[in-house]
Amino acid sequence: MNSLLTIFLSLVLINNFILSKFLGLCPFFGVSKKLSNAISMGAAVTLVMLLASIATGIIYNYILIPYKIQFMNIIIYILVIAALVQIVEIVIKRTNILLYNALGIYLPLITTNCAVLGITLINAQNNYSLLQSIVSALGGGLGFTLMLIIMSAIRERNELADTPKSMKGLPIAFIIAALLSLAFMGFNGLL
Amino acid sequence: MESQELKEKVSAKKFVQELAKGIILTNPVFVLVLGLCPTLAVTTSVNNALGMGAGVIFVLLGSNLIISIIRKVTPVMVRIPVFIVVIASFVTILSLVFEAYIPPLYESLGIYLPLIVVNCIILGRAEVFASKNPIIYSIADGLGAGLGFTLSLIIISFLREVLGTGSLVIFGKHLFSIPVLSSSPLSVFIMPPGAFIIIALLMAFFRLIGVLKNE
Repeated sequence: MNSLLTIFLSLVLINNFILSKFLGLCPFFGVSKKLSNAISMGAAVTLVMLLASIATGIIYNYILIPYKIQFMNIIIYILVIAALVQIVEIVIKRTNILLYNALGIYLPLITTNCAVLGITLINAQNNYSLLQSIVSALGGGLGFTLMLIIMSAIRERNELADTPKSMKGLPIAFIIAALLSLAFMGFNGLL
Repeated sequence: MESQELKEKVSAKKFVQELAKGIILTNPVFVLVLGLCPTLAVTTSVNNALGMGAGVIFVLLGSNLIISIIRKVTPVMVRIPVFIVVIASFVTILSLVFEAYIPPLYESLGIYLPLIVVNCIILGRAEVFASKNPIIYSIADGLGAGLGFTLSLIIISFLREVLGTGSLVIFGKHLFSIPVLSSSPLSVFIMPPGAFIIIALLMAFFRLIGVLKNE
């Protein structure tokens, strides 16, 4: 139980996906201009991360390890994630059109999002069990969503600020990310 | 037959053009802002940056070559999954080679080595260029984009390593150290926040050059 909490907290606050692992930066800078988009994107990524971790966790623990073919994990994981995103898209479209309208456009982008492949590789690298994989996916997804929300709130205000011409847009967003990252380094002593 | 000859004649010039395009005009990192995850994560030292750059060049060359060869028999509907499988195969080869022959580099690149699969630069070149162009130009295009990416990695990692440790070590050789900086280095630059600061300043710098040029 203790180790599950450690995995969770460390991925939300200390080894945050965006601020210390640099995973999922494209949506972080691309979608974080409006708060509502940030929440939808965060929810979509968390959902896919969770499902991908469950699927790859089962494959890793019950197929790859018994047959000693762990080196095939890159090819298998990327195919599983691509198929999974398609299935999720179809299921959401058929069952809940409101949710589809909110998450729909983000789903195809997620296939090539490093955060999703990243979490499955981290799970494999640490030899996490199925339960630990689920917890780490939840932690990673929540940390990602948290950052997206904080970032979008700052950027909405930053739009109004008087920024030097060459720093406008992406460069200043990177500076904001640097300051956030510095602030979150304060959590290092937590665990 | 005649058109074939014509193609051969212009190829040398166009080869160089495709090569140069990726390095300068459409530099993947500073101009197109693609492939950010590895750019920031592995640039803690020039050594890692060189390893990552070599890996990306290998995968880009391989995937562009194969995708260009099979471009006429690949159905349009399933092209993206086909590209991804080709790229993932090359990344698997690369990670096995690194693990076998350069284990320290393999360790320090960690999960960012397999993450080359989802590097937008590689899928981007496959979709935009290799799936529509002949083999020889696809190789030039892959080499150009790979070199451009590697160059950006080297610039970022050079600044981070020199500021963050006060010295430069490549392939285990100590090249130089700066007197005051090496005794009290600005270690924030080899930590995550430093990566964000350096890339922000470099991007702003490239824009400033663009703005000044236009005026």
